[in-house]
Amino acid sequence: MQLKRVLLDKINGFWMVTSLATILCLPLIIGTGLYLKAAPLFDQQSFMSLVFSSNWAPSKGEFGFWPFIAGSLYVTLLSFLFTAPVCLLAAIYLTQFSSKQLIRVMHPVIDVLAGLPSVIYGVWGILIIVPFVSDYVAPIFGTTSSGYSTLAGGIVLAVMCIPYILNMLIEVFNTVPSGLKEAALSMGATRWESVKHVVIRGNFPGIISAYGLGIAKAFGETIAVMMVVGNVVKVSGNPLHAAYPLPALIANNYGEMLSIPMYDAALMFAAFLLLIIILAFNLIFRYLIHKTKRQ
Amino acid sequence: MFLSETVTMSDKETSSKPTNKSALPVLRVRNLNVFAGDHHILNDINLDIPRNKVTVLLGPSGCGKTTLLKCMNKLTDLYRELKVSGNILIENDDILNTTTNIPSIRQKMGLLSQRPYPLPVSIYKNVAYGLKLKGVRDKKLIEFSVEKHLRETGLWEEVKNRLNSPATSLSIGQQQRLCLARGLAVKPTIILADEPTSALDPISSKIIENLFKELKKHYTIILVTHVLRQAMRLADHVIFMCDGKIIEQGQPDELFKNPQTEELRAYLVDGN
Repeated sequence: MQLKRVLLDKINGFWMVTSLATILCLPLIIGTGLYLKAAPLFDQQSFMSLVFSSNWAPSKGEFGFWPFIAGSLYVTLLSFLFTAPVCLLAAIYLTQFSSKQLIRVMHPVIDVLAGLPSVIYGVWGILIIVPFVSDYVAPIFGTTSSGYSTLAGGIVLAVMCIPYILNMLIEVFNTVPSGLKEAALSMGATRWESVKHVVIRGNFPGIISAYGLGIAKAFGETIAVMMVVGNVVKVSGNPLHAAYPLPALIANNYGEMLSIPMYDAALMFAAFLLLIIILAFNLIFRYLIHKTKRQ
Repeated sequence: MFLSETVTMSDKETSSKPTNKSALPVLRVRNLNVFAGDHHILNDINLDIPRNKVTVLLGPSGCGKTTLLKCMNKLTDLYRELKVSGNILIENDDILNTTTNIPSIRQKMGLLSQRPYPLPVSIYKNVAYGLKLKGVRDKKLIEFSVEKHLRETGLWEEVKNRLNSPATSLSIGQQQRLCLARGLAVKPTIILADEPTSALDPISSKIIENLFKELKKHYTIILVTHVLRQAMRLADHVIFMCDGKIIEQGQPDELFKNPQTEELRAYLVDGN
């Protein structure tokens, strides 16, 4: 009996470690696979030229990924600028000021937003946001736009990220003990001062972590962005112009244009770049969390 | 109605007669009732808190001691479900029906909770926090005040070389003294201490108790406890509560030696 228990203990331990090891190896396996598939491209162009060149002419064998990288970063940045303050303020209100009834109503709303398939956000973007950008935003700046633009992509992406970031921020702020807020209030802080000094300042690592995960999700989001961003290979600082993010490049072309030499390697390289950039985001946010935790 | 008239009367009396300020109660509670829905948490509370004394709110858990304390610095405002009525007079200002802004009312009361809650900043900034809220910007004055109050709570020698370390790096007993120093820095009239030693080891508890004995020379202390021995050691005035009501109040010697009610008698028997 005792032997059976020890044996079961060992077997279960082995399975747990194996499962964990598989999860840990996955990014490495995916990364290596993508790198090997993209490797033929490196014989033609250097890594730096692939990343920083803006010449995109696959039929001539020119693969410059900068427009796609810039497009991805720009759309992600815009979505972050829209979503970060909204989520922060909404999470603060929900956890610190609102009634319990409102929280009860908001939770299912957030869950529904999180559960909507991204194609629905894309359709909503085409029906509402694209015309909004074209008919209302562009005229304000005295210009014209088809509406299919970085701005439309940023807005749709921001709405998509709200439930993720908001849910995480609510979890983070709910961990603040009421005694801590009461301590600040009893020293003469106003409600807002207690929120600023205790809830926000005391939770920088959690806030950064929520934003980091939100950005990683935004950067890799494909379908909805692809439907509204215009998909034009061009580097432009104007948010009313179209862009072409990396995930859209892969989704639009994989399986379609593989007759062009090296095109499949180029798409694998795009996927490899996505992996590297998301890894870099993760490392930056880990560093920021570590730094704020130490303070 | 009757009791609110009593308050008005006594106010008139105090304004017409030249009286010794130290003999007057620093805080008076009249007809205080607190409801949470149908639950009557505090039931017709009437009490006087004498100045520069340790008043102990004694009673079993859940009898409303902490709620009463939270009414005194209006922390009950944070709980929408609580309905508070009556009068709480601090230096003749009824804080439940006043136009004075709430932060300045709260600054009259230093709060010490059941367990220490240092702010997520350094030791120095914890003590300086209240001063900054008061608008003090003079660095030298802040430094002076930080040192003074850390000395007052016996913490200065232990932390003077690591004032910029996070407050959370201190032991729990030190954190509680830091919270006391932080509260004293805003120059309160009253210290509200809600079972401040319940999370501490006996040595740290003793340090806090000794501090209270010293601090009562300059401050009025309202101490919530359910530890009978602590009440006996510290109390100058005792208020015994049960089920949201004040059952007995008075001098500790009289109250503990000669309890008038069955509730207090039973509590003393169990406590001993």
